[in-house]
Amino acid sequence: MKNRSLVSISDYSKEEYRKILDLAEEFEKNPRQDLLKGHVVATLFFEPSTRTRLSFESAVSRLGGSVIGFADSSSSSATKGETLRDTIKMVCNYADLIVMRHPLEGSARFASEVSSVPVVNAGDGANQHPSQTLLDMYSIRKTQGTLENLNIFMVGDLKYGRTVHSLLIAMSEFNTTFYFISPDELKMPDEYKRFLKHKGLKYYEFKDFTDIINQADIIYMTRVQKERFSDPIEYERTKNAYILRNHMLKDSRSNVKILHPLPRVNEIHLDVDDNEKAYYFTQALNGVFVRQAIISSILGFK
Amino acid sequence: MKDIKHLVVSAIKDGTVIDHIPAKDLFKVIAILGLDKIENQVTFGSNLDSKKLGKKAIIKISGLFFRNEDINKIALVAPEAKLNIIKDYNVVEKKVVEVPDNITGIAKCVNPKCITNNEEIVTKFSVVDKKKVILKCFYCEKITSQENMRII
Repeated sequence: MKNRSLVSISDYSKEEYRKILDLAEEFEKNPRQDLLKGHVVATLFFEPSTRTRLSFESAVSRLGGSVIGFADSSSSSATKGETLRDTIKMVCNYADLIVMRHPLEGSARFASEVSSVPVVNAGDGANQHPSQTLLDMYSIRKTQGTLENLNIFMVGDLKYGRTVHSLLIAMSEFNTTFYFISPDELKMPDEYKRFLKHKGLKYYEFKDFTDIINQADIIYMTRVQKERFSDPIEYERTKNAYILRNHMLKDSRSNVKILHPLPRVNEIHLDVDDNEKAYYFTQALNGVFVRQAIISSILGFK
Repeated sequence: MKDIKHLVVSAIKDGTVIDHIPAKDLFKVIAILGLDKIENQVTFGSNLDSKKLGKKAIIKISGLFFRNEDINKIALVAPEAKLNIIKDYNVVEKKVVEVPDNITGIAKCVNPKCITNNEEIVTKFSVVDKKKVILKCFYCEKITSQENMRII
């Protein structure tokens, strides 16, 4: 992993996932170390994202490193028409690692080709967001004690959800059984179902959010967005069907945890927050440890 | 009987004949191989009758022989193409084209939000299905199928 960019979740092998998760566990026990003292990480956010950016910046700062960068492309010379190529080539001079979020797909892969320092993809359009997937896996492993043989439920927008696609690919290495709950308009695309079939993994699809969730070890919630519906009436009819409420969890497994990549809008009702099964805020905290693990291994400190 | 076919496009002494190109794709093949930019003598015929393709095209390039990796690029648009290597007016070798595993710089990514469509970048694809010619963009990871494929 040393000196290699992390652009897609498939850039890492199963063994490498494990290494990162083990390392994140170490950092969780000891998050303040001076590993990165004297090193500079550039956070280039061409598209704003408070959570991911602050998570990376916290990860670096707590390890004694410095952060430079911009939070919005309007603060960069992209406004002067500078190409991504030129921006990256320039930033390499100023930093030891680049963390990048950009609205165009493939931008991080391209940046990793052009850059003389490693690039960590913090989200390229609708394509990849590998540190999110790794922190999701960390959260799953931490709460379930294992990654193997779990029942993972994915709820909401499974068609456009970058995080669910990526999590599916990663968790397919661990004999997961998948349960998809979504409106017809937003079903898990065929290519992912084919991928699971090819791997010999079982999956089940549901339109209704019912007692079936009592089978879940993990419930991964995503937002159903209005703009994804071609028919606004269909949206109005469906939007409340995928909201998780506390009473729906009364017969759920004792080990089940609710995950959400955040921000949540209304898909997890506030009444769930006090349930010990609600894990989404801790999930966000885990992001810091996982990002510390990613950055330290790429820079060769662990 | 064989000679009558060849009279439609004159025989060449040394070089390469590319036969069984679908007539509609003649100029795509010319573009892919850069034949519009070379100095060699190039002759071609289009809308010739073909049992296999209905209407086919033939290109004959004098004094030019292709490396496999260069000629295989045309497999994207002309997977049935056949090559005859000519030396001293004789066919000394016959080759078929094979769809390569990777394609650089020929096809356009179908995704308008791909970085390759927004900046000066040479496109790169891996071929995920050789029969149906399905390409996966190396950058944005989206699939471009044969019907959506545009040659640059």
